[in-house]
Amino acid sequence: MSQTVHSSGDHQPDENRRDFLTLATTAVGVVGTGVALWPFVDSMNPSKDVLALASVEVNLANIPVGQAVKVMWRGKPVFIRHRTEREINEANEVALNELVDPQADDARVEKKEWLIVVGVCTHLGCIPMGTATGEARGDYDGWYCPCHGSHYDTSGRIRRGPAPKNLEVPTYTFLTDTTVRIG
Amino acid sequence: MSAPQWNNKVVKWVDDRLPVISMLHHSAYEYPTPKNLSYMWNFGSLAGFVLVTMILTGIFLVMNYTPHTDMAFESVERIMRDVNHGWLIRYIHMNGASMFFICVFIHIFRGLYYGSYKAPREVLWWIGILILLAMMATAFMGYVLPWGQMSFWGATVITNLFSAFPIIGDPLVTWLWGGFSVDNPTLNRFFSLHYLMPFVILGLVVLHVWALHSVRSNNPTGVEIKTPQDSIPFHPYYTIKDLFGLGVFLIFFCAFVFFAPDYLGHPDNYIPANPLVTPPHIVPEWYFLPFYAILRSIDFTILGIPAKLLGVLAMFASIVILFVIPWLDTSKVRSSKFRPVYKWFFWLFVIDTFILGYCGAKAPDDYFMGIPGLKVIVMGQLSTLYYFAHFLVVMPLVGKLERTKPLPASISESVLKEGANA
Amino acid sequence: MRKFALTAIAAAFAVTAFTGNAAKAAGDAPVPPSQDWSWKGLFGTYDRAQLQRGFQVYKNVCAGCHSLRFIAFRNLEGIGFNEDQIKAIAAEYDIEDGPNDDGDMFTRPGKPSDYFPSPFPNEKAAAASNGGAIPPDLSLMTKARVAGPDYVFALLTGYEEEAPEGFDLSDGKSYNHYFPGHQISMAPPLYDEAVEYTDGTPATLEQHARDVVAFLNWTAQPELEARKELGLKVILFLIVLTAMLYAVKRKIWRDIEH
Repeated sequence: MSQTVHSSGDHQPDENRRDFLTLATTAVGVVGTGVALWPFVDSMNPSKDVLALASVEVNLANIPVGQAVKVMWRGKPVFIRHRTEREINEANEVALNELVDPQADDARVEKKEWLIVVGVCTHLGCIPMGTATGEARGDYDGWYCPCHGSHYDTSGRIRRGPAPKNLEVPTYTFLTDTTVRIG
Repeated sequence: MSAPQWNNKVVKWVDDRLPVISMLHHSAYEYPTPKNLSYMWNFGSLAGFVLVTMILTGIFLVMNYTPHTDMAFESVERIMRDVNHGWLIRYIHMNGASMFFICVFIHIFRGLYYGSYKAPREVLWWIGILILLAMMATAFMGYVLPWGQMSFWGATVITNLFSAFPIIGDPLVTWLWGGFSVDNPTLNRFFSLHYLMPFVILGLVVLHVWALHSVRSNNPTGVEIKTPQDSIPFHPYYTIKDLFGLGVFLIFFCAFVFFAPDYLGHPDNYIPANPLVTPPHIVPEWYFLPFYAILRSIDFTILGIPAKLLGVLAMFASIVILFVIPWLDTSKVRSSKFRPVYKWFFWLFVIDTFILGYCGAKAPDDYFMGIPGLKVIVMGQLSTLYYFAHFLVVMPLVGKLERTKPLPASISESVLKEGANA
Repeated sequence: MRKFALTAIAAAFAVTAFTGNAAKAAGDAPVPPSQDWSWKGLFGTYDRAQLQRGFQVYKNVCAGCHSLRFIAFRNLEGIGFNEDQIKAIAAEYDIEDGPNDDGDMFTRPGKPSDYFPSPFPNEKAAAASNGGAIPPDLSLMTKARVAGPDYVFALLTGYEEEAPEGFDLSDGKSYNHYFPGHQISMAPPLYDEAVEYTDGTPATLEQHARDVVAFLNWTAQPELEARKELGLKVILFLIVLTAMLYAVKRKIWRDIEH
């Protein structure tokens, strides 16, 4: 159907040049197309207004000892528990080698009496029970995830059940003794 | 064209079961293409490229757009300000609509000049007109989505066109609106259809290319491919030529997107829709201006048919008439290159559409290009008259009366002759 | 053939050029004179100091009646304020929030993520306080008018103390040379020394107008600098790629008579 373009032989040097040129052009074109796709991918990352709301400030003054609250942070609940002396001791008494995801209580809190964790079960993302007074807190006095039966202790660490990791600790800073900024 | 033998086992396995690879190979690789196509033949593939770009940018815009009268304008501004690269995606989409029409209009004028609508390419031409109609509907509904002043009033004016039809007119408009004015239900259905239509266009494009590949490309001489010497395989010759054309086109496109993104738009669309205030000058987007001028130029009654209905009919007729031009054109010769008389009428027609565009942008009582005594409405009427006369009078008559230049015996002969002259 | 191609390309440019202009030429007011803005042209950028002065004018003058609803305090980073300055600016504003645990709405100092509050609770209140005319939101003003920045500047500096003889000016309206119909509900907002600039720039009416227009052009097009910077890179890249494609095309077509 087509005619032959080059007879091989005489055009050898030109052939090489064309190959190089074609190759280089293809490379530039492919790179350009790849870069052009980035804005589309990037547009699905959190937008600026979403990022601007990525931190919340919480007043702790109204949380009595022994109680916990849930606050919304980045569309997820964060549990803030004002721990009792007994709960703090429970968290510190357990030997690290007994833990599924070994982590000392010290490494998970900034102030002993305040435990702040993301309230999302590390198994498949359900919200564990145990924050509101009267809810089942599981066998380790922390939280209990009703979906698949994971038990968390008073440091939010996984003790039994299918969850692989401890409840995540968000970054937070105490602005004063009674206000904390999460995120 | 025998089925190619595939060396790759996976390719062969798939192709033996579903010959899609062979099909692509035939149509995008070895498709025998006239060797003398000019750069005017680039605009079809360019239009295809813009269609894909519009679908891609559109899909990502929808991820952040809210089709509700209370939130549409805000969500578009959120795209412009907060979504990462949102301004870029939106400006590409906004200007892409204009680019699509630029490509398609040039593509159509090329078809008119070289007689690409004549037998055996009538169905190919028809599908093209359907694509144009689908594009116009899509562009119109898309323009409503940002819910600015022009969105709202453009939607109001254009949907009101349908009220021109006797008896069914008013119920039809109420049905289109889903209420008693353009409102949230209207916005929602336009959004739904605006998302659907591009895929309808894509389907039509597949048919368009299918039809093209069974009747083969026309070419500047209008003489069909006769011998293997007349054609070259599509790849690499036309793939590279199309890609080069794409590069030039992208520079043009990007100049608008990055340096004059709002140039082709209307400032009023940055004012949120207000059903109580009509902007002083309602003007459609530039690609609708010639049709808008035809609509407005009918300000008289014929045989008791009111002007409003006549205007609407004239506007629809201006596109529908394209369906019958394969039979209105009586010439035995396709390409205007060999039609010394018709060629002039063709250019007159091109100028006519520009004049119509100008008239569509102006208020009817303005003076045409500032010429005293020549009202825009009068100029619009004359241009509308020529628009239809071109198809209904010039095409049949000139085709019969004109003495055409001798045609080359074949594409390769014409190529050799031009080469010798150069 | 080449001629045809050139004509078509010229036509494409012509179509965009002339319909663009034709669609925009409108109105019975005089055309505002073109000003020399810093952001014009391929390499134009904003002048941060000017934007901050313009913000000062907006805050002290315009904000009394005009909202700026698409701008959050955090956006002020774009005119060169740092995080602490933005927090301080935000804290000057009272933002309505709530409901609190008692179910009541309350006001609190603004945070960077808050948007500029509207001076009026709703459109009816805005109309009632302004003789029936609603002061428009300014976030997109320079994009929402033909030749936006030039027009807003001309409007702010285009007040005349007395309407020309024979002009029937209604009560409570002012005569403005550039406003369509010349009767504008907004009393002359700017005057010399309307705002005392912190950077010592002479506080003339014209300077105020120029600065606030610059600020409003930024609120309308905060992406302008990023857009032009990316645009230059993209177009340079495309020129190189297109030149290479042309070379490849020449090579491939070299032995074809066409």
